[in-house]
Formats: sequence, C-alpha cells, structure tokens
Amino acid sequence: MKYLCLIYDNESEWQKFTKEVQDKYMGEYTAFGDSIKKSGQYVGANQLQPSHTATVVRARNGKVSTTDGPFVETKEQLGGYYLIEAKDLNDAIQVASRIPSARFGAIEVRPIVERKQA
Amino acid sequence: MREDIAAHVRDTVDAVYRSESRRVLATLIRLLGDFDLAEEALHDAFATAVEQWAEKGIPANPRTWLVSTGRFKAIDRLRKSARFESVDSSIVERLEATETPEQDEEAVEDDRLRLIFTCCHPALSPDAQIALTLREVCGLTTEEVAHAFLTPPPTLAQRIVRAKAKIRDARIPYEIPSRPDLPARLDSVLHVIYLVFNEGYLASSGTSLTRADLSGEAIRLGRLLVELLPEPEAMGLLALMLLHEARRSSRTTPSGEMILLEEQDRSLWDRQKIEEGVDLVERALASRRFGPYTLQASIAAVHAEASSSSATDWPQIVGLYDVLLRADLSPVIELNRAAAIAMRDGPEEGLALIDAILVRGDLTDYHLAHAARGDLCRRIGRVEEAISSYERALELATQEPERRFITRRLEQLRLASPR
Repeated sequence: MKYLCLIYDNESEWQKFTKEVQDKYMGEYTAFGDSIKKSGQYVGANQLQPSHTATVVRARNGKVSTTDGPFVETKEQLGGYYLIEAKDLNDAIQVASRIPSARFGAIEVRPIVERKQA
Repeated sequence: MREDIAAHVRDTVDAVYRSESRRVLATLIRLLGDFDLAEEALHDAFATAVEQWAEKGIPANPRTWLVSTGRFKAIDRLRKSARFESVDSSIVERLEATETPEQDEEAVEDDRLRLIFTCCHPALSPDAQIALTLREVCGLTTEEVAHAFLTPPPTLAQRIVRAKAKIRDARIPYEIPSRPDLPARLDSVLHVIYLVFNEGYLASSGTSLTRADLSGEAIRLGRLLVELLPEPEAMGLLALMLLHEARRSSRTTPSGEMILLEEQDRSLWDRQKIEEGVDLVERALASRRFGPYTLQASIAAVHAEASSSSATDWPQIVGLYDVLLRADLSPVIELNRAAAIAMRDGPEEGLALIDAILVRGDLTDYHLAHAARGDLCRRIGRVEEAISSYERALELATQEPERRFITRRLEQLRLASPR
C-alpha cells in the first residue's frame, strides 16, 4: 500500500540556519532517500519551492480565479513529500519517523486511495 | 420438555456470550480483517447457536464452534454481496482458501492483545480510542458508552464509525507491537485505561451509578492487560486503580458530600483491594523497570497502609514524589508534593512551595492549587488569605460536590473572620 508523507517545516527557521547546518541537513535527506531506495520503499519524492511561491487557483462557473497562496497559512509549511510503499500504517509511521524533518517539524502520513486495475 | 431444552440452551448461549464473545470477536477480526464484518459474523454465529444447539446439542468447544461458524457466515455474506455489488471476490477466495487454524489458548490471548492495541492505536483520536476500547474490548453498547461519557449516542456512534474507517483505510495493522515499539504503544493503552478509570472515579452524584461502572470496566481492562502482558507499568496502573477504588465508599457521605483523605473513615476501606494493590506495587517495583504509574501507586499504597493521616509515612511520600518529579516534571505533581511537604514539615513550608508554583504562572487556573493554598492558610490562621484562595477556587471549580465542599469551608472561615 502507498502512503504520502507530507513534510511540514518552519521555513523561517530553516532560513536562519547557517550554510553548514543546511548542508548537514540535506546530507541527512540524501542518506534517508538512499536507505528507502535500498529497502524498496521509495516510490517518489520532491522538495517544493518555499510557500511564498504558491498560487491558489479556483474555477467557478467557467471563470478562473487566481490568488496568492498558500492555500492555508500555517506555522509550519509544506516543504516536500515522499511517496512510499509500506506494508501498513505502522510500517509507514516507522519510515516517516526517520525523515530528518520529523525531528524539527512534522510529517503527515496519508494513505493513497487504491483503485483496482480495470 | 422441548421448552425446557430451549430455555436451557438460551441460558447456555447467554453465559457463553458473556464469557466468550470478546475472545470470539478478537479472533474473527483477525480472520476476516474487518471490524464490521467480524461484528456481523459474531452476531450471526450466536444467532445460529440458539437454533442449532437446541437440536444438535451444545458443542464440546463452544468458542471454536462460534469462530468457525462466524467465519462461514461471513464468507456467505461476502459471496452474496459479491454477486450483486462489485465487491472484490479475491477476499472471498482468500478466506475460503485459509483453513480455520486450531485455536490454542496462546493464539486466542494474542488476538485479545491485538484487539486492545488496535483500539488504542495512537493514530486514532483519544476519544475514539476510549469509545472503541469500551465497545470492542469490553463489549459495552454504543448507548452505554455514550451515557457514561455524557455524549449524545449519535455523536459517539459517529466517532466509532470514523475510527473503524481509519483502521480500514489507513490500514492500521491488527498486531501486537514489536519490541522496540512496545513501550510507547503500551503507554497509549495504559492512558486509555487510566482515562476510563478517572472518568468513573472523579465524577460524582447524578449519574454516579453508571460512572462508577466505568471504574469497574477500567479495572477489568487493567486485569486483562496484566494477565496478557505482565509489564511492570501495567501492574502499576492496575495497583493504582485498585488502591483508589478501595477508598471509594469513604470518599463521600451518603448524601454525596466530599470527604477529604484525612477525614475518611479508614475502616471502610476495602482491605482486599488494598492487599491486591500493594502486592502488585511490590511486584512492579521489584522489576526495576517501573515508571510513573507504579510510583503513583506506591504513594497510594503508603496512604492505604497508614491507620490515620498523622500516622502516615510522610517522608516516604515526599521521597516518592521526588522520584516522580524526576520522571515527569509536572506542576500538578509539584503541587501534590507541596501538600506532602506541608504534612512532613508544617503548613508554612508547603505554602511557600505552592506560592512559588503560582508566582511562576503555573496552575493559576487550577482550582485545586487555590483550594490547597486556602487549606494551608486556614491551618496557620491566615483567615483572610484562606478566604480569598477558596473564593478563587470556587470560581474555577466545576464539579458540584467540590463546589459544595469549598462553599462549606468558606462559610466556616467567614464565621471565624473578624470581617
């Protein structure tokens, strides 16, 4: 079963880190990514540009409205995700707990809807 | 004669339902992989028992019979629904392919633990964990749980439906946590049991009868857990509950007025529960892997073994609070420690500690902090201060017996006051 691990971090805290700390952090991310590729749990991942780059789009009655984002203002912002393959929620929680941001921010784990192949 | 047999079978089925239904359900959930399907299967199995046991006699092992009947009924239901709806027929095939395994005692006990850990999974909201545990593990009806928690039944039913949907959709596994996860997961189970107990213990009057039952349910759960998984903290929690429950009848007057520990008639304390609690505390302490529940139970045990408030080993109680504070730096524990210091060293010492907590800004909205302060001021004759502390406590207290108690204290103080 697939789970999406949404990574929430405090962007302003991140910007306050020195280059050295940021590099160390990114190194941890690389190591984590390698470990789940090795275990076969990696499906996909991406880091997002900071939330000030977000745009919210709505289409109502054929009319598109575009506003400055993000959709929800929160203390911690969505900064990236991993899509993983896990046996069950306990397995997914175990993987999510090893994402470096779990130590500073929070990881939201969401199961992916599975549709039967036609 | 036939009526006699029918009545006898009904009685037997009722008795088997009371003693075995939770075990059968726990195993059916594992076999069927779905709570709702397992509950329907359980219901079908007992309905079939009423019909068939009258004709064919009561099976040698009713539990095994119920599990395999429930399983067949579930397959039947699935097959029927698969024909009409586009239900995944692979589930039916998988179920048919697996034989019902022999159920030895250990397997059955493991299923009961699986059920407890799944109902208390931390991915479910605390309210949902409590509701689900009382319903699935204890066998209470939705109405009973709703009544005990003063929640409208539809709200509670909705909570249970959502929790089951999360178990299914997020795929919370039906398993006993692995060793590395066990301490954290056990904490979550203990917390649910503790909340259920407190809900029954701290509430009084009005609906007090049903709420006392909640404490009974919590103790039953605690016993079950100790039996299935004799971890020190599980023993500590059971001990804590038993030692508090032992004092229940002395905590209130027949008209429901609160009686403080130091004024309780200790001859009313339930010696059997105290003995069992003390024994559990000693076993938990001997393990050297104990935690906060065992420490709180140890404190309760020191009180339980004292013949009066003045004969209590206050230095030991203070020492236990010191250890507890090291494990959990909570202001409420600090407050309790301050009260113990007041008993050991005198009201002034205790008062200084409570004032320090309040000055720091902690517990300023906690009625018991102000009530404790009021009591110590009263003891050393600082009547005006005692009155203002009790007045603040009254503003914050919400439970009726506590409010009446504070009001009585205020009346006594105002009589003594020159004002």
